[in-house]
Amino acid sequence: MGSSATWGLLTATFTASFVECVEALTIVLAMGVTRSWRSALTGAALALVALAGFTAVAGYALVTWLPRSALQLGIGTLLLIFGLQWLRKSILRTAGLKALHDEDEEFREQAEAARRAADELRYGLDWFSFVVSFKGVFLEGVEVVFIVITFGLNAHDVPAASAAAGAAAAAVVGLGVVAHGPLARVPENTLKYVVGLLLSSFGTFWAVEGLGVFRSGGGSLAWPGDSWSLLGVLAAWFALSQMLVRLAPWLVAGRRRPAVAS
Amino acid sequence: MKLLRAVGQFWWDFIIGDDWKIAATVVLVLGVAAAVVAALGTDARWLAPVCGGALVLAFVLTFVADNRR
Repeated sequence: MGSSATWGLLTATFTASFVECVEALTIVLAMGVTRSWRSALTGAALALVALAGFTAVAGYALVTWLPRSALQLGIGTLLLIFGLQWLRKSILRTAGLKALHDEDEEFREQAEAARRAADELRYGLDWFSFVVSFKGVFLEGVEVVFIVITFGLNAHDVPAASAAAGAAAAAVVGLGVVAHGPLARVPENTLKYVVGLLLSSFGTFWAVEGLGVFRSGGGSLAWPGDSWSLLGVLAAWFALSQMLVRLAPWLVAGRRRPAVAS
Repeated sequence: MKLLRAVGQFWWDFIIGDDWKIAATVVLVLGVAAAVVAALGTDARWLAPVCGGALVLAFVLTFVADNRR
């Protein structure tokens, strides 16, 4: 299972990081196009430096202070919550009950806010585009870092997870340069569905393994078939989400239907 | 203070998002599962799939309840 686990790790980290990077790129592009490229890129670059520091501190603290099963439980739980939020939204979007996320619309909103913002120069930079770019890249980046640390530590392969996230960032920047604009043609909603499935599956697997911290000895719980059962968990979440996509419109229609006296 | 508020807001958005019931359901199910694991004190292989199944079932129930209301 070693190589398939590594491929699962690479796929999950790359896809999740790709989606977050598209969102960060949209913000930086909106600031650069409407206000100041220099300030937007400086904000993005400083955010990357801050992220590197955050990653080093968070990674060291997690590995040094927590036993393996506690780590699995803590980050597995966070991953599961995060993944289920994405999965829920994807189910509602696929069922047509929630508007699709649109990078063009997001770009227009960010650009409009940038045009309306007051001009303020600090340290020779347009402060609005600097701050918005910094915050956008840092906050989306923290989510990438969280995913890299989580997947990397649990799969004992932080370098592979980091490489996948780096490749995703490079791919997004490359596509952004080629496209000269927001990546509206990236099937972001499909990607988010896949990411939701992967995060929920890995989160379920690790959180349950980490429950072993509560038994005497504190060792991780074992799944039947060990890592192979990840495929079973993924299949379960996939089947369930497809069922809910079909069930959701029926549920909502039932809710809206006026009561009829029998 | 601003930084602390921003960090707090980030984690709130990250964990709670726009549906607090997901976080609450996951924590509740894992809490009950933790109590069962502690009480049984075993590492029997059936425990993990049962806990995983409970998480899946809880998500379905939350989703259905949320969309029926």
